[in-house]
Amino acid sequence: MTRHETIAAETGAQAVLSARNVAKSYGSVQALKGVNFDVRRGEVTTLFGENGAGKSTLMKILSGVIQPTSGEIVLDGAPVHFDSAAEARDMGISIIHQELSLAPNMNVRDNVFMGREIMGPTGVNYAEEGRQTRALMRELEEDIDPLTPVEELRLGQQQLVEIARALSVDARILIMDEPTSALSASEVEVLFKVIHDLKARGVSIVYISHHLEEALQITDHAVVLRDGTMTARAPRREIDLEWIVHNMVGDNFDLGSPPRGHEMGAPALSIRDLVLPDPNRPGRNVVDGVSLDIRAGEIVCIYGLMGAGRTEMLECAAGRVANSGGEIRLNGADVSGLSIAQRIEKGLVLVPEDRQRDGLVQTMSVGENLSLASIGAFTRGLFTSRRKEREIVDRSIREVTVKTDGGGAPIGSLSGGNQQKVVIGKMMATRPGVIMLDEPSRGIDIGAKAEVFRLLADAARERGLAVLFSTSEVNECLSIAHRVVVMRRGRISAEFGTGTSKEQIMAASGESAE
Amino acid sequence: MSDTTATSAAGRSGPGIDPVKLLLEGRAFFALIAIIVVFSLLSPVYFSVNNFLIMSSHVAIFGLLGLGMLIVILTGGIDLSVGSTLALAGVCAGFMMQGIELSWLGVTLYPPVWVVVILTACVGALVGVVNGVLVAYFKVPAFVATLGLLYVARGIALLLTNGLTINDLAGEEALGNQGFAWLGFNRLLGVPIGIIVLAVVALLCALMLNRSAPGRWIYSTGGNARAAELSGVPVRRVQVLVYVISGICSAIAGLVLSSQLTSAGPTAGQTYELTAIAAVVVGGASLMGGRGTVRGTLLGAFVIGFLSDGLVIIGVSSYWQTVFTGAVIILAVLMNSIEYKGGRKAPKPVPRKSAPA
Ligand SMILES: Nc1ncnc2c1ncn2[C@@H]1O[C@H](COP(=O)(O)OP(=O)(O)OP(=O)(O)O)[C@@H](O)[C@H]1O
Ligand SMILES: [Mg+2]
Repeated sequence: MTRHETIAAETGAQAVLSARNVAKSYGSVQALKGVNFDVRRGEVTTLFGENGAGKSTLMKILSGVIQPTSGEIVLDGAPVHFDSAAEARDMGISIIHQELSLAPNMNVRDNVFMGREIMGPTGVNYAEEGRQTRALMRELEEDIDPLTPVEELRLGQQQLVEIARALSVDARILIMDEPTSALSASEVEVLFKVIHDLKARGVSIVYISHHLEEALQITDHAVVLRDGTMTARAPRREIDLEWIVHNMVGDNFDLGSPPRGHEMGAPALSIRDLVLPDPNRPGRNVVDGVSLDIRAGEIVCIYGLMGAGRTEMLECAAGRVANSGGEIRLNGADVSGLSIAQRIEKGLVLVPEDRQRDGLVQTMSVGENLSLASIGAFTRGLFTSRRKEREIVDRSIREVTVKTDGGGAPIGSLSGGNQQKVVIGKMMATRPGVIMLDEPSRGIDIGAKAEVFRLLADAARERGLAVLFSTSEVNECLSIAHRVVVMRRGRISAEFGTGTSKEQIMAASGESAE
Repeated sequence: MSDTTATSAAGRSGPGIDPVKLLLEGRAFFALIAIIVVFSLLSPVYFSVNNFLIMSSHVAIFGLLGLGMLIVILTGGIDLSVGSTLALAGVCAGFMMQGIELSWLGVTLYPPVWVVVILTACVGALVGVVNGVLVAYFKVPAFVATLGLLYVARGIALLLTNGLTINDLAGEEALGNQGFAWLGFNRLLGVPIGIIVLAVVALLCALMLNRSAPGRWIYSTGGNARAAELSGVPVRRVQVLVYVISGICSAIAGLVLSSQLTSAGPTAGQTYELTAIAAVVVGGASLMGGRGTVRGTLLGAFVIGFLSDGLVIIGVSSYWQTVFTGAVIILAVLMNSIEYKGGRKAPKPVPRKSAPA
């Protein structure tokens, strides 16, 4: 503690907003155990830490969303107390939440100005709101019409709207809790450009991300949180990737390598000439004649920019949307006409990209969510067997290393990354033959990422599981995948074996490497 | 109600007993006790075995409708047609008791009571199928679809009887169709058959909700239909199923009611759908779907039944009865919002169901 205090004293002059000895507990769970944290004036302070370390909790406290159990918040040297997020916002603190908090039925403009409508003489001044929204979108280099309903946007675009909303506030302190989890490299570049501009204007920024290299690019000062306490802090010049990883999880993790030494079987999943028309732009296809084979025991990675058609292709294969052309075969049998449930039964499962919308049932417990897709496995006759269910739940919690105080905990009490692990665990629990994962590493820390990849690699080697996962992070392509498939504008633009480089992959996807 | 998770999930590692939480969770129970105490003090007649038996036969009707309603509400739907289905079922049963004339054969069939019961349940199920198919496959909002059926079923009941009430339900010994009144009047070990029927239906519903796959499907459909579907839950079939169950529950309620009254009128059960919804809500279920229990709904039915009968007994004017009932419902819903929102504030005032992570 004394060390923290001296550091705080040293840096106190530069801190615009600080948490002093802040603790937060939820019942028996201590999310934060007396943390001192400074947001440095006009700099980017990055916060690192594994899933459930307390990062989001700390940020919610700093932005008035929740109140600390003890400790105080100091703004410009004076203690303050926020009763609500709106109060903090009025003091110039704006936050981008880890989980999107948009109203899906409303359009982009109304979401951006929700709760802060610009009033004119005759009610809301929609024209001005629309103009500002368009300007923000231009700044983010994303061509979205302000009148588009948010539910029609892709996840990444929704995240940009969330960012635009935080920017529109003109805050002097901007907190970004994993703003890039659904963005691909080029959108991240744009965001970083925006962050540089903000910094030049004197805005202080807190940035949280599990994409460590990415975060390092803009860090001025790094802070590591572990199990609710601050374990390390240092300016940019003193740190590197290893330092972060070491302080975050102790050991150095690598994302593994493609499993070797097992026979690859016959094609487990064959996609042939898959075509899916674009609902918003008639005459164009989001998936435009994709053919792909994944053999039993093989791990294939799909890389591509936002809007390349990866999600749509996977949803087609899972039966979420009907394809207008082409066929999908599972172990040689045509499954095109089958429902999602039937495909799951046959061993073809999808881990969806958007965990809030498609992955979790928020009203159910962690255990019920984990067992939802395998109810059949613990039903005897008419009734479910609690013992069997608990076995499945406990095994899943162990396998995907969910940090929770038991299967009965409400799903909303988990940290973002742990919720993601539940979605993965739920589908793994069905013991599939082919698993498709859409951006499985969204929001999970490197330790957990390595854990999940190891789980997939082991299953591929031992059970002949065929794995198809999509990612926007090039590093992940070069981990456990035997093959990297690059998609661009609905088509497969290139295919690589294991001996490829980041630059090749990025070039094929249509983005420039740096 | 968080006890759904406690009873059906793989165990909750129990945090210490929190008195506020206990009060919230047991609110319907405490309300019931309070109602009984207050009315017993106000009227000597209230606290007697006889009165309790009379009140419980009223509760049986609301309870049966409420259970069906609960199952629909758990999926995020609503069934406004239960009152009309109850009347239609009663009228159909009455019709069959009068004998089914097959004019082209020149004979009149008098089906035995058990056949009448089964056929009546089928009528209820049929109404449910129409509701369910409209909601699940034609994407008609549940409120609108079942509102339509509210009118249609009532209209058919009126058509069948020309607006008159069927009074003779006793059957004749010679025809072998006696015993209809048994449902409404008889007692088993001193308990009215209506209450026993309610108990059996409640037990079946509880077993289904907590211990079977369809139960889990129902909760997950109401919690997040998209996620449920992607996890292999047959969401549409579940939606049809819940309306069928609700229809059957209404039909059973219709049988019990017409047996209690020894008559079947086409105007029976008007506004009962609202009472049923009230019972479910007082019992702690969320109208957004995904949360609610059988136990809560039963308590809700008892609260509403005992309250309204109590008000009658102490002689409050019927206008005041309405006011009191409404106040109780609002109070219950207020406590619901405390339970679901309290403590953890939503990050922003936006209509998202999820808690912030
Ligand atoms: N509403 C809540 N009820 C109970 N426990 C909670 C609640 N919110 C958070 N927690 C717990 O607090 C701890 C810290 O969570 P937090 O969301 O701050 O983690 P995080 O560092 O943001 O993780 P991630 O990287 O996964 O987003 C976790 O153990 C989590 O389970
Ligand atoms: Mg978080």
